[in-house]
Amino acid sequence: MKVRYFAWVRERVGKAEEDLDPPAEIATVHDLVAWLARQGEGYAYAFENPGVVRSAIDKRHVRADARIAGAKEIAFFPPMTGG
Amino acid sequence: MTTTVRLQREPFDAAKEAAALARGRTDIGAVVTFTGICRADENGEPIAALNLEHYPDMAEAEIGRHVEAAFKRWPLLGVSVVHRYGRIAPGEGIVLVVTASSHRQAAFAAAEFLMDYLKTHAPFWKQVEKASGKTGEKIWVEAKASDDSAADRWAPAPTKRETAK
Repeated sequence: MKVRYFAWVRERVGKAEEDLDPPAEIATVHDLVAWLARQGEGYAYAFENPGVVRSAIDKRHVRADARIAGAKEIAFFPPMTGG
Repeated sequence: MTTTVRLQREPFDAAKEAAALARGRTDIGAVVTFTGICRADENGEPIAALNLEHYPDMAEAEIGRHVEAAFKRWPLLGVSVVHRYGRIAPGEGIVLVVTASSHRQAAFAAAEFLMDYLKTHAPFWKQVEKASGKTGEKIWVEAKASDDSAADRWAPAPTKRETAK
């Protein structure tokens, strides 16, 4: 799956996007965040407060308990400040 | 009904967009135009500019979903939303919402509803470029709780069972 990062999540992770193949036991967005946070210092910093980071699956907002099976694109970003 | 959702780097002309929405129509009796403008200060500190990052495909889809919700909720005849990204200087428009209806109530309410949702749900992130201290330093704008509560008030009214709890 393609994983995309925006704003300060992107800056902390150090990249805008990547292709990832997480282990099969990673079932939800929450699981994925916990797994990502263990992938290095930048990831740990980006996800240090997982309650703050928002997520989207295939360009729709989802909650942390959303299942990731079948997702083509998952995005992580801070609370939005547009408008 | 006419719907336009556009993301662009360039400035927009609010009067032109409003005129385009109502052109040739005689059923429209009210057009509300809201423009969000870049101020020269953020939390009392002078800024040189705002830089807006966005999630291109999702931003269009998400705005489109809220426009659709507005059409379901109010008798609207047209909606245009233009949101800029990239570098925006103080005094320039950031976002434009135009709503058209037969009567003013729907147009006012829908414009406010769309803005409240855009601020909290459309995937855009503002970064301030400071004009004092460390000039040019860039700081992400933090989301405001007051924006969340503004969006929450449009949530559907609780059902009788929920009220009874």
